[in-house]
Amino acid sequence: MGPFLETLLGGLMVGMLYSLIALGFVLIYKASGVFNFAQGAMVLFAALAMARFAEWIPKLTGLNNKLIDNTIAFAGAVLVMIVLAWLIQKLVLGRLVNQDGITLLMATIGITYFLEGSGQTLFGNDIYKIDLGMPKDPVFIFEKTFDGGILVNKEDLYAALIAAVLVALLALFFQKTGTGRALRAVADDHQAAQSIGIPLDRIWVIVWSVAGIVALVAGAIWGSKLGVQFSLSLVALKALPVVILGGLTSIPGAIIGGLIIGVGEKLSEIYLGPHLGGGIEIWFAYVLALAFLLVRPQGLFGEKIIDRV
Amino acid sequence: MAGRAAGDVILDVRNISLRFGGVKALTDITFDVREHEIRAIIGPNGAGKSSMLNCINGVYQPQEGSIHLRGRAFRHMNPRQVAEMGVARTFQNLALFKGMSVLDNIMTGRNLKMRTNILQQALRWGAAEREETAHRKVVEGIIDFLEIQAYRKTPVGKMPYGLQKRVDLGRALAMEPQVLLLDEPMAGMNVEEKQDMSRFILDVNDEFGTTIVLIEHDMGVVMDLSDRVVVLDYGRKIGDGSPEEVRANPDVISAYLGTVH
Repeated sequence: MGPFLETLLGGLMVGMLYSLIALGFVLIYKASGVFNFAQGAMVLFAALAMARFAEWIPKLTGLNNKLIDNTIAFAGAVLVMIVLAWLIQKLVLGRLVNQDGITLLMATIGITYFLEGSGQTLFGNDIYKIDLGMPKDPVFIFEKTFDGGILVNKEDLYAALIAAVLVALLALFFQKTGTGRALRAVADDHQAAQSIGIPLDRIWVIVWSVAGIVALVAGAIWGSKLGVQFSLSLVALKALPVVILGGLTSIPGAIIGGLIIGVGEKLSEIYLGPHLGGGIEIWFAYVLALAFLLVRPQGLFGEKIIDRV
Repeated sequence: MAGRAAGDVILDVRNISLRFGGVKALTDITFDVREHEIRAIIGPNGAGKSSMLNCINGVYQPQEGSIHLRGRAFRHMNPRQVAEMGVARTFQNLALFKGMSVLDNIMTGRNLKMRTNILQQALRWGAAEREETAHRKVVEGIIDFLEIQAYRKTPVGKMPYGLQKRVDLGRALAMEPQVLLLDEPMAGMNVEEKQDMSRFILDVNDEFGTTIVLIEHDMGVVMDLSDRVVVLDYGRKIGDGSPEEVRANPDVISAYLGTVH
């Protein structure tokens, strides 16, 4: 039982991070119907900004308090993501209103290359580290219940906690504020939202900003684990099976889908791996997504698309 | 019967022509709407009623002509800008936010009246909190008025059709519009629901003094509700006047019943 729970917990924590990235996809897709291929590049861009800001601030100001430096760097990176959201709306998507989904997808692929290139030009292309000051040492829990206890990585635990808090805050923002209500209204019906005076372009800037901030949090957490480097933008590829599983239009779906993929990956590696020669973790998510596409193409929580013929 | 004296002209539609490529949807339509009146636009299928409403609402941009609200012309405005000028509308095929509760749906109608910014709202600043409470009060008033208290927290998609239409009306009312455009408010309703809706329309007109422009298919309803009627057929105006005048107009009779050859 011990090893099983250990794997399960590990999977849940990784899954939480997948959920975060998937959440960025879902937020934008729901509000504007754009499948944002650039979500991964946004994770990289945001993490690069934060890593470099955290490095530059002590040099410029002489402040050497890690908490203050990280806070300022985070705020700076948030600002960068908001400006980026505004620019994307103004220069790209604002000019493609009413275009086909595929056109918008191509535009976001363009944004991907732009962000990857300009991010590394602006902030450098080395491997940088974000030090959030999270403890790295593993701990044993439930030592009394199980023989040997369960080994938990403290850093993962904190990361999952941060992700959960962020998701809770977002849910509150969407449910309890006027702007959140306007966002939900736009997600539900563009035309009706416009007719009651909700400004679509402003809402889209807000959504891209929120997706940018979610990308930043995801990037900061992954970055502090693995270092901020180009491969960070590839993490987003793991979010694709998550949104297929959970449904492109469902926020709870993104979260639960992320957890399922995270847990599935780890468990299959441990229990199926030995029979299939290992290395399952890499492709498990995609095969699971493929199976889902066959059985339930709209995902677990997505809206079933019914077309009138 | 709405029996009060109509005021000055509030909405003035002059020589509107709308084409989609070679198809003429509207040709040279002129009419006015006076303050506090209920003005109906009727006509057979495909007469251009909805196109007319969409022109006023800013969904379509007519190629010719102009529309004035209280003397201010609005050309090249999108629906949001028209909304800002005080024109609200309901939809023929319900366009409610189906996943949201009745309360939230109607609250979205207050969006234009919200003054606090996103940051204040996110932090639940005092001003944002007070504003939310004030808007909530107005919305609760509307919910009472439309007699849908029991459904306050129900997701709109789960409500019966007739009640969804009321929510649509409620959301438009929440904007406190100067002019309210109703696109077939009675479409698809049974007799009882039609009577309820007629009563609400008259009450809105009476109690809030809202000017109402109404598109309707059902001749009977229109004649009972409206002060003046515009009749369209094939994108042209073929009649304009009081319900009695319109009913006696030979062009209108032939458009609805067919001409005797």
